[in-house]
Amino acid sequence: MRAPAALRRSTNPGAWSKLAMENPVPVLFLALCLAGVLVAGMHPVFLINEMIGRMARNSFLVLSLIIPVQAGLGLNFGIVLGAMSAQAALAAVTHWQLPGLFGLSLTALLAVPIAVALGAFAGQVLNGARGREMIASMILGFFMNGVYQLVFLFMVGTVIPVQNPVMLLPQGFGLRNTFELTSFKYSLDNLLFVAPGGIAIPLATLAVVTGLCLAMRWLFNTKLGQDLRAVGSEEHVAAVAGLKTNRLRITAVIFSTVLAAWGQIIFLQNIGTVNTYNSHDQTGMFAIAALLVGGATVRRATVGQALLGTFLFHLLFIVSPFAGQRLLGSPQVGEYFRVFIAYGIICIALGLHSWRRR
Amino acid sequence: MLTMRGITKEFGGVSALKNVDLTVEAGQIHALLGENGAGKTTLLNILFGMPVIRATGGYRGTISIHGVPFSPKDPSEALAAGIGMVHQEFMLIPGFTVAENVKLNREPLRHASLGRVHPSLHILDRPAMAADTRQAFTSIGVNVDDWMMVAGLPVGHKQFVEIAREVDKHGTKLLILDEPTAVLTEVEAAQLIEALRRLAARGLGILFITHRLDEVLACASQISVLRDGELVACLPAAEASLRQLAEVMVGRPVERQPMPPRGTVTGASLRFEGFSVEMPGERVTGLDLEVQAGEILGIGGLAGHGKLGIANGVMGLYPARGQVSFDGEPFRLGQPIEALSRRIAFLSEDRRGVGLLLDAPIDYNLAFTSMNIEGRFLKRPLGVPWLTWRDSRGMRTHAEALISQLDIRCTGPDQAVRRLSGGNQQKVCIGRAITRQPRLLFASEPTRGIDVGAKSLILDLLARLNREAGVTIVITSSELAELRRICDRIAIIYRGRLARVLPPDASDADFGLAMAGRPPGGDL
Amino acid sequence: MNPRLLKPSPRTVPRLIIGAFVLGLLVLAAGKQLPVHLLISDSLVRTGMNGILVLAMVPSIQAGLGLNFGLPVGIICGLIGVLIAVEANVSGLAGLALSVAAAVPLALLAGSVYGRLLNRVKGQEMMVGTYLGFAVVSGMCVFWLIAPFTNPILIWVIGGTGLRYTTSLRHLFGGVLDNAWAFSLWGVKVPTGLLLTFLLACLLVHCHSRTRGGMAMHAAGQNPAFATASGVNTAKARIQGATLSTLLGAIGIIIYAQSFGFLQLYLAPLMMAFPAVAAVLIGGASTRQVTVGNVIIGTLLFQTLLTISLPVAQAVIGSDVTEVIRLIVANGTILYALTRLDGGGQ
Repeated sequence: MRAPAALRRSTNPGAWSKLAMENPVPVLFLALCLAGVLVAGMHPVFLINEMIGRMARNSFLVLSLIIPVQAGLGLNFGIVLGAMSAQAALAAVTHWQLPGLFGLSLTALLAVPIAVALGAFAGQVLNGARGREMIASMILGFFMNGVYQLVFLFMVGTVIPVQNPVMLLPQGFGLRNTFELTSFKYSLDNLLFVAPGGIAIPLATLAVVTGLCLAMRWLFNTKLGQDLRAVGSEEHVAAVAGLKTNRLRITAVIFSTVLAAWGQIIFLQNIGTVNTYNSHDQTGMFAIAALLVGGATVRRATVGQALLGTFLFHLLFIVSPFAGQRLLGSPQVGEYFRVFIAYGIICIALGLHSWRRR
Repeated sequence: MLTMRGITKEFGGVSALKNVDLTVEAGQIHALLGENGAGKTTLLNILFGMPVIRATGGYRGTISIHGVPFSPKDPSEALAAGIGMVHQEFMLIPGFTVAENVKLNREPLRHASLGRVHPSLHILDRPAMAADTRQAFTSIGVNVDDWMMVAGLPVGHKQFVEIAREVDKHGTKLLILDEPTAVLTEVEAAQLIEALRRLAARGLGILFITHRLDEVLACASQISVLRDGELVACLPAAEASLRQLAEVMVGRPVERQPMPPRGTVTGASLRFEGFSVEMPGERVTGLDLEVQAGEILGIGGLAGHGKLGIANGVMGLYPARGQVSFDGEPFRLGQPIEALSRRIAFLSEDRRGVGLLLDAPIDYNLAFTSMNIEGRFLKRPLGVPWLTWRDSRGMRTHAEALISQLDIRCTGPDQAVRRLSGGNQQKVCIGRAITRQPRLLFASEPTRGIDVGAKSLILDLLARLNREAGVTIVITSSELAELRRICDRIAIIYRGRLARVLPPDASDADFGLAMAGRPPGGDL
Repeated sequence: MNPRLLKPSPRTVPRLIIGAFVLGLLVLAAGKQLPVHLLISDSLVRTGMNGILVLAMVPSIQAGLGLNFGLPVGIICGLIGVLIAVEANVSGLAGLALSVAAAVPLALLAGSVYGRLLNRVKGQEMMVGTYLGFAVVSGMCVFWLIAPFTNPILIWVIGGTGLRYTTSLRHLFGGVLDNAWAFSLWGVKVPTGLLLTFLLACLLVHCHSRTRGGMAMHAAGQNPAFATASGVNTAKARIQGATLSTLLGAIGIIIYAQSFGFLQLYLAPLMMAFPAVAAVLIGGASTRQVTVGNVIIGTLLFQTLLTISLPVAQAVIGSDVTEVIRLIVANGTILYALTRLDGGGQ
């Protein structure tokens, strides 16, 4: 007789509507996803497989956004700089033909100095654009994309001495548009891999993501984490208390950039192919949309919100083309619709944030 | 314990402090009294090593703590020397708990192995933080839960969190409180005074800055009074009386401005009943006052009591309620257009923020309001009634006339007002007001930030505007002497309401008591 | 000599750098025996083509909304205008006029809604504008797929439903302005009609800033507290700025499409705000101050740079760096404006 009572409590309409009022974005999204799943009529094993795969490869990138939010810099669109660092490291390691998990670990190590340098630069820029860090980080991403293309399209093979016909364009310089990660495709995913009942579970990758979640919790229990939160809440008060706020903000961006680099490596080892000039394009936007879908705001983001958001966002991503096909006979409708949702959710979250703050 | 000798400070040739001596003994509560602008804040900034002091040329004089010479170059040196400061605006993080705020950047840490990489990677020792916090609260005799979020605390408790933080710092010898009771209820204020007594009994020196006279008598053991940057009194509290303190704080020789003969009155009267304004920091709460046609009415009172809210409320810049009648007719509140269309003009206390378009030229600043309200300085080049065009030549001619009339020192009508001095900027504001041919002019802090020579020019302009053009003028000012120089009557505002209306030649003590919200002639 | 001429203000820095760069490229082009007159012709066309989109930044900055990254809102209205004219098969100047006539009411409506939204998000206008623009563009992609247009030149030949990615306007009104009163001078073909249209739009915007409403809007943008105290309804003034900017965006894309000769739908308008923003900043504007002169100089410099960098780079290093230069110059300029001019460090 106990279970019904508990059920009654949990289905108490007051509690539900309170939950919905406080977290309008995730609840709305959940409804949208459920409707999509019902309409799309997909095979559950396919859906579960897709979801596990996407959670494993995308969560790390979304988690990399949390630290700058807590440090008061808002949503760091500059994580594309981390993605670029990862691709630079991947290109180098592919060029040296270092295989498997060893190669992957070396890539992760090699990406760190690049990401630290880019992150420090980004932090400096964002400190100069106080109050408009988000738009500055977005434009910085576009700007660095130009620099990235300059380096990899024109300087590799000319200024940077590389001779590798597999990697370079036929003209003798510039990286090809895509390169295969043949030797380390799935090298992390397959490290510990189980498939009970046809459901593929990349245990090692999930362990890495879990490790990051724990590390995040641990970080916010250290002195550094406390200082970052203080700077993020009231920069002036933190400064009066003797904290070096500019340095802390730069530290936050460096952390975020390095984590994003690792996130991009995890992402790409799963995909198996690097689109030299496109893979990083949407990294920031999709990660940010996912984080916001989880109920995070410009000033507050938690590990739970990041994971929930990744789940919901990618669920919609999988089902919308199928739903579009079923409803309107065109998978393209669903594809555009999910892009619209990604942009729209960021727009609404930003709007709600500045509206409520007034 | 703290000794300051011959402290002198100038800001760009204007002296803010003149040869001030101050001594605070251990175990003593020393009150520092003074009006706004008396130099209290400057003295604090020197003691706390604020960068602004060095940026403006430093100070002269000596400071020593326990006999050791001390000249702080930045706040961290003051902290190291054992000076704790409770700021007027709370320096707290609302999203942190009480304990996290008390221990901010001084957290006890538990050793973690990654801490060897960088010391900031050690883990916070939360139980120790809570214990330290509880101990600090015990020592000031207040009970605030260490795990509460600061955001949800009542204002008084936030003040105690600040004090607990300073007490918790090891080696705090001198605690400075800058107007700590300004935001407190009476019960909270009494609690605070009790806490200060406890701390003093433990041997802490306390310097307590305020302009509330009654509190000073209630808790201080020694009282110093600053006036115009000079120490005018330093006496044991036992020997002081309210009336005497009021007199010393306010008193200074008053020269009356030579006033031109009175011409015809063109101005209007204004009458307030139960008038309230929601202006943050300057709230008006139920004012009853009558401004007579053709007079110069001064509005005085201490900062934060609402004197600035009155003009801003009438002008529709902050939400206002109550009955207001202008020239005997009802006046609609809440819309700037109402005041403007009835020819009420306003010189804002925030001259650069509200009063001017800094990057626009003088002629444009002079003409803008008239153009927007009455459609002056516009022409219709194509003869189409709705197509109105800026009349640049008209603006320029008008500006040239005003520049010579008001003696605005500039390179010409097209100079950007940002490049003008404070006094000349204020003349541009007055010029814009005159352009409207106002019937009533609110001048809020008309001489703030203007050098001494230009001050009397501005006051003279206002006097002439009143006496020759007959405009009703309401001057709001923190400088009582200035009000007494040109006003016909002076209304003193206390806690958002009218305390008293006094003639300009009333005694210093009467003004001082009215500003402290005390009945005339009253004493404790 | 005036010392201020020797020490450039931060706002003129991008203009000086880009100007010097363009000059250098022109010299290089002449040195490499490239057809400089053709390059100048192209630059003129591209200036006229993009000019009104850049001009759309002016009311937005004047009204205090900052750079209008939400320009795609207006662009979409313009695209719908062109679609209506194409659907009705109206060619020549009449088709162009019909496009504008259809787009104007849409833009006025969309702009006033956009302005009201921006009034609710004061302080974050640029960020919200950017993502609103993105959302509108991607949301309209769904609309293009299901839109009820039937003219066969608009819809996909195979597959039946939805509009094409690009539609040629050559047989309708592509180039009608470019070719109107066009003449050649020393081998330089001058697209007279196009340039006159751009200059006329500039003149109208300049005149607007001298009218009573325009001055009130400008005051509201420069100092809202001052404007309020002088009786200006700042909320309305900001809506006016957003509406005008959206309107110019709509007309701008129509002029762009007629000159380009193609109507581009779907994700084509997604990033169109950025070059327009960059051009006005290169011309010497900041997020708070702008003149019509900034628009003309900025568009001319930026478009000339893009036009001549392609063949010059081709001739000097043998490959196309235009896209990279566009990314670096445009975003570098915007970043410079956000951080150096009037960005942070309160």
